[in-house]
Amino acid sequence: MAETMKTSLEGMVCPVPLQHQERIVQGHGSGGKLMHDLIAKYFVAAWDNPMLNAGNDASVIATQGAARMAVSTDAHVVTPLFFPGGDIGRLAVCGTVNDVAMLGARPLYLTASFILEEGLEIATLEKVVASMHAAAQEAGVQIVAGDTKVVGKGMADGMYISTTGVGLLAEDTRIHGAAAQPGDLVIVSGSLGDHGIAVLAARGELGFDTDLESDVAPLNRLIAEMLEASQNIHVLRDPTRGGLATTLNEIARQSKAGIVVKESALPIKPAVDAACELLGFDPLYIANEGKLVAVVGREDGERVLEAMRKHKYGKDAALIGEVVAEPAGRVLMQTLIGSHRLVDELMGELLPRIC
Amino acid sequence: MKYVAEFRDAELVKRSAELIRAEVSRPWTLMEICGGQTHAILRYGIDELLPEEIELVHGPGCPVCVTPLEQIDKALALAALPNVIFTSYGDMLRVPGSGRDLFSVRAAGGDVRVVYSPLDAVRIASENPDKEVVFFAIGFETTAPANAMSVYQAARLGLKNFSVLVSHVRVPPAMHAILGGEHNRVQGFLAAGHVCAVMGYWEYPSIAERYHTPMAVTGFEPLDLLRGVLDVVKLLEAGEVGVVNSYARAVTFEGNRPAQDLINKVFQVCDRKWRGIGNIPMSGWELRPEYAAFDAERRFDVSAIQSEESPVCIAGKILQGQLKPPQCPAFGTLCTPQHPLGATMVSSEGACAAYYHYNKADLLSEVKHG
Amino acid sequence: MCLGVPGKLVELYKSGDLLMGKVDFGGISREACLEYIPEAKLGDYVVVHVGFAISLLSEEEAAATLAVLREVSDIEAELDVRPGELQT
Repeated sequence: MAETMKTSLEGMVCPVPLQHQERIVQGHGSGGKLMHDLIAKYFVAAWDNPMLNAGNDASVIATQGAARMAVSTDAHVVTPLFFPGGDIGRLAVCGTVNDVAMLGARPLYLTASFILEEGLEIATLEKVVASMHAAAQEAGVQIVAGDTKVVGKGMADGMYISTTGVGLLAEDTRIHGAAAQPGDLVIVSGSLGDHGIAVLAARGELGFDTDLESDVAPLNRLIAEMLEASQNIHVLRDPTRGGLATTLNEIARQSKAGIVVKESALPIKPAVDAACELLGFDPLYIANEGKLVAVVGREDGERVLEAMRKHKYGKDAALIGEVVAEPAGRVLMQTLIGSHRLVDELMGELLPRIC
Repeated sequence: MKYVAEFRDAELVKRSAELIRAEVSRPWTLMEICGGQTHAILRYGIDELLPEEIELVHGPGCPVCVTPLEQIDKALALAALPNVIFTSYGDMLRVPGSGRDLFSVRAAGGDVRVVYSPLDAVRIASENPDKEVVFFAIGFETTAPANAMSVYQAARLGLKNFSVLVSHVRVPPAMHAILGGEHNRVQGFLAAGHVCAVMGYWEYPSIAERYHTPMAVTGFEPLDLLRGVLDVVKLLEAGEVGVVNSYARAVTFEGNRPAQDLINKVFQVCDRKWRGIGNIPMSGWELRPEYAAFDAERRFDVSAIQSEESPVCIAGKILQGQLKPPQCPAFGTLCTPQHPLGATMVSSEGACAAYYHYNKADLLSEVKHG
Repeated sequence: MCLGVPGKLVELYKSGDLLMGKVDFGGISREACLEYIPEAKLGDYVVVHVGFAISLLSEEEAAATLAVLREVSDIEAELDVRPGELQT
């Protein structure tokens, strides 16, 4: 007798799409339920504010009667995503908060746009989002709008983040790159080159070890203290990519003035110094993400320094130089041994050298 | 940093400069032949501290600048090959070949990686057995021990996918070429401290005698450079010829024997063309026949390369110390670090780049005298 | 051809066939090959170039170089003479 196949109804499985709880897939960027769930669960829940919760494509923000607003935008493409002292999320928030604050504006609102690599672990995204929340809280800003796109595996190095920030400006604030005057003092808020070297070490390609950490930090509250102390702050700028040298060159050019700095006055940590010696770098060209340069009217130099040193992000603030009339548009350095040399802006990529 | 900071002491630097001033009674032309020293001199404004009678001239001491155009073009061709991971010291990435550089090859999809140490290139080869790893082995004698070890190690590990593109140059033959040249005006020499740390300075007394040119083995910090100048000037003023070791904390007469032994095991002397100068006999190193398997020029076909120098670039005259960069008609106009015409403008040790970055004389004079 | 940086040897070990060490440059450290300075001991200072120790630094020579300058300048200051006027 032929055996008949028993049909069983017990193993039935309904082909409902998987939830994709662990990694980003293309569907997370396609505008459908998967994306909305991602946004609700990871972005809105973490950043939780009335504007985001309203769930619109744009948010209405209050100008509080201010006549002028400052706006800035940045893209962040750091590798690795997590490094000693910070991560891409903290970098994104602080970078844009700082750019807005460098005009003397009070940063209030941020947008955050994400380009996520297919395959990125959602746990990683969660950590970044939490870090952005912490940074935003520290700075006193809210993230009120965003976007999410997904690109194929192998693109976006995990993730890219783009942020735009908006801040309010008092009517009489005139802080900008062209405002430096001969006689002004040049102040830097702390040690130079920490971020660039920490990230380079974290990348591991050059094989060196250090305890150095990135200095990534929001500086708007420090700036508020400085503005309290003095009406004579002419320029504020954060020396990010290209380092202090590039920033000072920009200011010198915009202001059509010269800047002279003293090498012996530059605050540089021994580890940064040593890394630069080893690789043939100049600390003046290494990126900082939690430092600012201030150009201040001579009479207020001491007061501003004092105010800075009381703040945790300005405790190592130092007077490093002054603005001069000539040579206009150029930056000079008085070296450790008393001679002078030019400080140019960064040319191309910073490359380690053997020579 | 220990052994660094003390040699940058402003007071002692001032003293050294005063001692030189007290010693000098007439003009002297001194040459240094080390890119790192060129860089340090300009970066610290050492020439500003010296009395006017002393002229410092920069010799062909930048291995990046003197690497012949053909070798650069071969490097570019190798880096563009699909299955090759091309590894190099950072200095070489921006050096222009006949129209491209390694950056542009990378932009077009070539796998070009900067390494700090040649042992990193060997490691990359072990970790990527399906790929060919080529290492650009350039440098003077200072770098030869490291480059030699990479080949020696690769052989010991039995690696089949590692090869080197060799472009090594040696200092003593270059010194002969310069001091024996028709237009030579060099009267005293600052010998390259780290080259001598490896090779010793036993080769130099005969060169000093032959050309009646006193020499000082010189280091790299401001105090070291001034010490070297002082020691040479003293000999010149006394009409004496000799070789002084002004970098005794790091250099001995015999040099580093284990390093010399391994160099001689892996490399043999050969003729070498110097970019901008031409062929200097016996001035290079190439792989010995026993290590021919690791020669990238044999493993890959790079024979059909056509190399073309820019007609405007006078790097050769600069490298031989006959002209200073600001005297080049293209300096700062046609030729800048953003659009370099020759290697001396690209390499951070190149005399032209150093002048451009540190020493636009007209601007500096406004600060010094204004 | 010259970027040689002084650092302190803080660890010594073998990596495969190679004598290697960890060198501390003051806040950062890196592995370096010690095949060319096999006599180096922990605590010694070496000059490192592209990941290789190429020279052992002599404390005495370093001190001597500096001492001469310091001595001369001290004596000159005391005697109130111009630099170089002393027979050294």
